[in-house]
Amino acid sequence: MNKVISIQEAVDMIHDGMTIMVGGFLGCKNPFKLVDALVEKGVKDITLIANDTAFPEVGIGKLIVNKQVKKLIASHIGTNRETGNQMNSGELEVELVPQGTLAERIRAAGAGLGGVLTPTGIGTVVAEGKRIIEVDGKEYLLEKPLRADVALIVGAKVDKKGNVRYAKATRNFNPLMATAADLVIVEADEIVEVGELDPDDVMTPGIFVDYIVGGNE
Amino acid sequence: MDDKNYIAKRVAQELKDGNVVNLGIGLPTLVANYIPEGVEITLQSENGFLGMGPAPEPGQEDPYLVNAGGLHVTINPGGVFFDSADSFLIIRGGHVDATVLGALEVDEKGNLANWMIPGKMVPGMGGAMDLVTGAKKVIVAMNHTAKGNHKILKECTLPLTAVNAVDLIITEMGVMEVTDKGLVLTEINPKYTVEEVQEATGATLIISENLKEMEPQE
Repeated sequence: MNKVISIQEAVDMIHDGMTIMVGGFLGCKNPFKLVDALVEKGVKDITLIANDTAFPEVGIGKLIVNKQVKKLIASHIGTNRETGNQMNSGELEVELVPQGTLAERIRAAGAGLGGVLTPTGIGTVVAEGKRIIEVDGKEYLLEKPLRADVALIVGAKVDKKGNVRYAKATRNFNPLMATAADLVIVEADEIVEVGELDPDDVMTPGIFVDYIVGGNE
Repeated sequence: MDDKNYIAKRVAQELKDGNVVNLGIGLPTLVANYIPEGVEITLQSENGFLGMGPAPEPGQEDPYLVNAGGLHVTINPGGVFFDSADSFLIIRGGHVDATVLGALEVDEKGNLANWMIPGKMVPGMGGAMDLVTGAKKVIVAMNHTAKGNHKILKECTLPLTAVNAVDLIITEMGVMEVTDKGLVLTEINPKYTVEEVQEATGATLIISENLKEMEPQE
């Protein structure tokens, strides 16, 4: 099966009201081409799951500035003042999640788990409304899995089966998100033939990836 | 030496050879400049690597290599990249020996508030809640007061980052250990008197019987 499609074909599958996960950490990096195409298409009422909202003029920061996001689930919004502005004005619903908890909630969804127990957030506002479960005398919060309709991830080298190798600090949430969405699209710096990636170097197995965009496009 | 560098230099003395350390943004980042000779530490960056090196030379920035504050950094030989789940496994699982971070408020029970001021500043907690919950030693490094207002309190008033998490507070005035009995002043900057430090503190300090002078702030 051919997984390589155009950016346009990829964005045609993404609609108003969808829950979208996007890999990246403060714009290092986001799937920039896919995000720009989403901005151009004007997909709206998005529930966005991402570590942060980058900067106003970078990557997914543009989706916020363009008011395409209805709800945001993230760990940090301090680098994009527009996110804070829209949160304060009530235009944007924001759920702040500790970064390690965000990673584990996504991982739990991908791993078929009913949630995770974490000590992070005990005694803080993060614990409000959540179940506290005691294990061997220590308290943990029950944090539920987090899934999405679509995951947009970014890889450095991707073969045509969808096997992904990430580069340096751009790995971050991408391997987790690849496991936790109905539709997974990877934006590749470079698309290579099957067999060109050493199996030892594959960080996300191709079975998680539905479509590949990028390369020279 | 200005207060920030003076604090950072004192914090660096807490780090032991072989430690895995996570430094917060701002003042804590300066700690890396004062690691004593013969002490080798490994810096962890929560966006997914160990072995973080200094900022690159101008023109040598790698767009794929930033620290948790989004600034360009380098990776040292022997460094390693991983994903966010592994990064927080390291952090939450107790594999970080020490974390150094700033605070808006810290109290005598070791409670810490450093992630939001309701109605004013809500940047989010990022990795801070996991770090202070999971690191073996939590060191707060900050100015003793904020424009004359107390930051070290009997009880925090701002939303907490974590409960009973802080082990040590290092400011330009002194070094305070969080104990079951309260805050123990163990070291003092010779520029200040004990009375001055107490006055600048919103909790009652227990003065250590072995109170030591810090290195003079020249």
